Amino acid sequence: MKGKFWKIFLGVWLSIVIIVGMSLPMVPSPQSFFEFPIIPGLDEKARIIFFHVPTAWIAVIAFLMSMINGIQYLRKNDLIYDVRSSSAAGLGLVFCILATITGAIWAKFNWGAYWNWDPRQTSIFVLMLIYGAYFALRSAIDIDEKRASLSAAYSIIAFVTVPFLVFIMPRMMTGLHPGSASDDGAGPVVDFSMDTTMYIVFIASLLGFTLLYLWMYELKVRLGKIELYYESLRSHD
Amino acid sequence: MLYIQQTAAVFIKDFKSELRTRYAINALVMFVITTLSIILFSIGGERVSPDVLAGMLWVVIFFSAMSGLSRSFVSEEERGTTMTLQLLAQPAIIYFGKLVFNLVLIFSINTLVVTLYLLLIPLFTVQTTSIFLLTLFLGSFGLACASTIIAAIIAKANSKGTLYPVLSFPILLPLLMTVMNATKLSLDGAPLSEAAGEFRVLVSYSVVLIAVSWVLFDYVWKD
Repeated sequence: MKGKFWKIFLGVWLSIVIIVGMSLPMVPSPQSFFEFPIIPGLDEKARIIFFHVPTAWIAVIAFLMSMINGIQYLRKNDLIYDVRSSSAAGLGLVFCILATITGAIWAKFNWGAYWNWDPRQTSIFVLMLIYGAYFALRSAIDIDEKRASLSAAYSIIAFVTVPFLVFIMPRMMTGLHPGSASDDGAGPVVDFSMDTTMYIVFIASLLGFTLLYLWMYELKVRLGKIELYYESLRSHD
Repeated sequence: MLYIQQTAAVFIKDFKSELRTRYAINALVMFVITTLSIILFSIGGERVSPDVLAGMLWVVIFFSAMSGLSRSFVSEEERGTTMTLQLLAQPAIIYFGKLVFNLVLIFSINTLVVTLYLLLIPLFTVQTTSIFLLTLFLGSFGLACASTIIAAIIAKANSKGTLYPVLSFPILLPLLMTVMNATKLSLDGAPLSEAAGEFRVLVSYSVVLIAVSWVLFDYVWKD
């Protein structure tokens, strides 16, 4: 019953976010609460922030969760942590692909090409490569325990090199992405200079997507636990 | 003191078995020559910009490293000597012994690659030698640090050869971008101080990776 309430609540919540995010008018100087401001250089295309940024956010959070559960596995040697780690990574890959595709479509209309090797695009691309490598590694190891410890080690190594990408890349190339260092005027994304309405919808969307992710994650972990149990029953025969 | 002696012993063991099989000396030298000739054929008589040549140098170095550096751990698995080594020494000692071996290997490969590259491609003229040599040194060092731990990981997996570059590339990307940038600077004749940021990145990259590998190697190495 409690679970059912959450599912309905989340469905309503995300529907409202999508409808509001898509339909509220964009005006030069918003007077009422139900209007978005026009951001110079982005115009109507600014609406992507409600859907693209949450997916990218979850791609990163899932990577973090996967790594933390990996560390837990190395400390406690319990396969349940490996189930959690790989479930988070699996969902992270899906959201990473979603973020890349929505970003590329937006880039086509805003920058004129699907792919520009902007620092932000490069870093999401590298995140996708890391996820890909993680699953390539997992599929190449037969023993469960070995697979768990090696993939945990790999995700930790990958995690420590990510800051280099985040801090080096913007220094080495000029960015087009709103909110990057060389961006003037068009970038309210990082410094959050959106108006109140936009800000509320954005946070609501972030929250909704995060809950959606946690729900999917919980389902995957439950399935993984059943598989683990089934395996243990089979090995007892 | 004992640690250093034991690390040296692991290194000498690898070095001796390398001299006996001559895998690196034969296969890797041929690999380098093959890749360089492919590049020479593809360039032909064209005037390629120095920026592209700087990038291509590191492409050659990356793939040579990927074909040679996994050897140190993969050969232990293939010969079935992993268990013996686990009994004889602590994981940290094994790691540092293998790291030193990989460092020696990558420095020799890179010396060969760069010498041939400078001789065969006249357009590749280094203006600031100090930047170029430091980049080469720090870049090779970081390359060995990252690829040693990845080699230890893939040695336990199936389809090792394919997996190695796949796993290494995302880890090595920050390093590769930095060294490519620094090499461009050395070709443009920038003063040494201009590449200081790149060198800082390379040094911290190596330090971080050695620290992480040291911690994680126990879990990777033990069966």
